[in-house]
Amino acid sequence: MANTLDQIFVLLKHWIMGLFPSAVQPVIGALLSVVTIIVVFPALFALTTVLERKGLGRMQNRIGPNRTGPFGILQPVADGIKSLTKEDIIPTSADGVVHFIAPLVLVVAVFMGLAVLPMGRNMQLVDMDAGLLFFFAIGASTELSIFMAGWSSRNKYSLLGAMRAVAQMISYEVPLLMSSVAIVMITGSLSLVKIVEAQNQYTWGLPHWYIFTPWGFAAFVMFCIAATAETNRSPFDLPEGESELVAGYFTEYSGFKFALFFLGEYLGMFSISGLGSTLFLGGWSAPLQVLEFIPSWFWFFAKVMLSIVVLIWMRGTLPRLRQDQLMNFAWKFVLPMTLLNLFVAAMWRFMGEGWLRWVVCSAILIVVYVGAGRAMMLRQNYGPRSYRYAE
Amino acid sequence: MTVVFWILAAVTVAGGLAAVMLKNTVHCALALTTAFAGLALLFMQLDAQFVGFAQILVYIGAVAILVVFAILLTRESEQPEKGVFSRTWLAGLAIAAAVFAVLAWAVLNSRAALPDAVGLPKPAPEVTVAQIGDALMGRYVLPLEILALLLTAAMIGAVLVAMHEKGGRK
Repeated sequence: MANTLDQIFVLLKHWIMGLFPSAVQPVIGALLSVVTIIVVFPALFALTTVLERKGLGRMQNRIGPNRTGPFGILQPVADGIKSLTKEDIIPTSADGVVHFIAPLVLVVAVFMGLAVLPMGRNMQLVDMDAGLLFFFAIGASTELSIFMAGWSSRNKYSLLGAMRAVAQMISYEVPLLMSSVAIVMITGSLSLVKIVEAQNQYTWGLPHWYIFTPWGFAAFVMFCIAATAETNRSPFDLPEGESELVAGYFTEYSGFKFALFFLGEYLGMFSISGLGSTLFLGGWSAPLQVLEFIPSWFWFFAKVMLSIVVLIWMRGTLPRLRQDQLMNFAWKFVLPMTLLNLFVAAMWRFMGEGWLRWVVCSAILIVVYVGAGRAMMLRQNYGPRSYRYAE
Repeated sequence: MTVVFWILAAVTVAGGLAAVMLKNTVHCALALTTAFAGLALLFMQLDAQFVGFAQILVYIGAVAILVVFAILLTRESEQPEKGVFSRTWLAGLAIAAAVFAVLAWAVLNSRAALPDAVGLPKPAPEVTVAQIGDALMGRYVLPLEILALLLTAAMIGAVLVAMHEKGGRK
């Protein structure tokens, strides 16, 4: 019974596939999975917009939207109608073709990234041998679309926002990849399905999630920081700084294209939260062995929504980082820590089982983190402000 | 020679042609990006998954952005004054034809170099990422280390070039 509930979507898909002749069955199967993803994730996106506005509102001591429906639940419907019926304004001097394709490239790239995430037992769209590499490759393509959007608007603020966004995303892409390499090293495979299966074991009822190991916890923290920067979320949202750049790289977008950018950004959040859950939080595996009767897809989406809630929480709490602070942090602190983390993960692997490896690995990570952090803080001399003029 | 191959080849060639024939330089860079994407998809169609993804990650994710940044930060005029075709196009055509002839001869002769008596094309071997990793860490570890040294030298050189401009000002 529990197994049926767990596999209910897979069984449903096979049943529908069985209704068609066997020549078109693979096409129908792929089509079904694709349509499911295209339906489910934008629905989650609609839910998240309400959650974010209400959550941010409560954190900022105000009520969020509460006019449309009870507790503002129908707000996404109102937003959808608004963005579909708004006039699509394109500046005269804007580059028409590039201006049009930029949101399309973003949305397509983000949906392709969702294809490799294992959303439940046997519930991934494609099981690729190099699934993680595919995800990161597609994520790197989103930077191009942001640049296209900012440049084609022929607007100084958009171009500034786009440049900042691309610089930030390139800087944080390296810590993102390096913190995942530790996981790949320990698992021995780039396939996301195998990574989840490697974490689906239990010792004394507790799971083998990678976040519960010292190197995994450090990698998770760095992955979170890099993921927040990759999706341009607060505290890294200088590219779309609402108080500085009007709206950054999507200033000149109105109506449905703006909605597409919004959708692309939130779906990027979902996909990177999904990846974080897969790599560190065990994907679709249950937290305790006694809870395995709850279906696997429930756990996956619960973890993703938890990550989204934490992202919203961070947005409401932390102040924005300045551009040079962001870059310094990425290149001078996070990147060396990821390299050290690789070394610690290798040491964990070769030390063998026992309590010694826990103590040694945790000690190395904590000492370097505290020491490097203190050293970097000492080096900054907070003297009087000096200006450097552009000449 | 399936339909997919012809579509991808058409996309790649169109991207390459557009990259040299368009007037706006950033448009050329974006057309070059579609040529890169076409190449990556061709790699994947030949079952070389790792190379295809690495092509997307490196070329589209980094090189294309670098090209666009370089265009934006160095050029001011967008439209070339005299058109995009150079005056010495005949010599260029001759050299391109010569290079194409050499490449075509090399490709067509490589099938004869395969040790297969009947002359049929051999099925492509299944190369997994694990095999690539094993080869990189086992047989080809020396080229890997030399490449790492080369990349480090390039990075240090770039930092030095960028730093020298600011060093004289402060």
